[in-house]
Amino acid sequence: MTAYFVVGVLFGVVLTKGELVSWYRIEEALRFKGLYLYLVFASALAVAAPGFALLKRLPARSLAGEPIAIPPKVMGRGVRYVAGGALFGLGWGIVGACPGPLFALIGAGVGVMAVVCIAALVGTWTYGYLRPRLPH
Amino acid sequence: MTELLHRAWPWYLTGPLVGLVAVGLLAIGNKQFGVSQNLRHLCAALVPGNIPYFKYDWRRSGLWNLVFILGVVAGGFVGGVLLANPHPVAITAAAVTSLATLGIRDFSGLVPRELFNWHVLLTLRGFLMMVGGGFLIGFGTAYAGGCTSGHGITGLADLQLPSLIAVISFFAAGAAASFFLLPVLVSR
Repeated sequence: MTAYFVVGVLFGVVLTKGELVSWYRIEEALRFKGLYLYLVFASALAVAAPGFALLKRLPARSLAGEPIAIPPKVMGRGVRYVAGGALFGLGWGIVGACPGPLFALIGAGVGVMAVVCIAALVGTWTYGYLRPRLPH
Repeated sequence: MTELLHRAWPWYLTGPLVGLVAVGLLAIGNKQFGVSQNLRHLCAALVPGNIPYFKYDWRRSGLWNLVFILGVVAGGFVGGVLLANPHPVAITAAAVTSLATLGIRDFSGLVPRELFNWHVLLTLRGFLMMVGGGFLIGFGTAYAGGCTSGHGITGLADLQLPSLIAVISFFAAGAAASFFLLPVLVSR
């Protein structure tokens, strides 16, 4: 468990020092006024994609001894990805932060983001409640 | 030296490190990088009600992720307080001009203080932006089964089509919100 905490600290530092928690950076990208966020995504994928491929192909196991596998997302009718993605995107565009940065911002001293986190918990709970009636 | 530590990082340091975090979690314990799962785990731990979606062993499947996110909060303190960048964010001139049309003049800190503070929370604008926006983030990520990390990094890096659909959808809706909803909300 210590390892996950350490990687979390690293990610929190990357989010803040890399300005991925910055409302201005997110709005810059969503208004197509700068490449910063897109370059971050592209270079993150340039590391993660070959990294995943390598770990999956090697007969390697994780340090914890489990075989490495990434479960595929179920496509279904795909409604959840379009509709859920759109609803999340609307919130992301307004708040200027996605879930990771929300947590990092609390640590960075923007305490009012705790309210946004609680609202997000209520949103997730509401999804759980409505789930049987939603198209997926 | 301190100037170097406090300065904002360039994309070519930030991006690869984000990728490394995702690869690291997989290598350490076959864990999929995805932050919004924690919202589900927290609901399952705190108020599962009688809802099947929250009836699972969150300790077994999610404790590592909650520990990870606790680290993110601590890392936010290190990067955002101890090593805070004293300079305004270096967004492009075009972005500054664009955000100035919303009345944003102060580009210091991580978020515009005039939009995100405890006083504004009690106004209609603040309530809609923070509580409404947060609700959409929580509902949407649960519905889509992932966010910018789970779909945007893990799913895309694993070449999964559902994640590509989700990413296109949340970028399009994010742009729409920034262009059309923000001006209405900020003028309140």
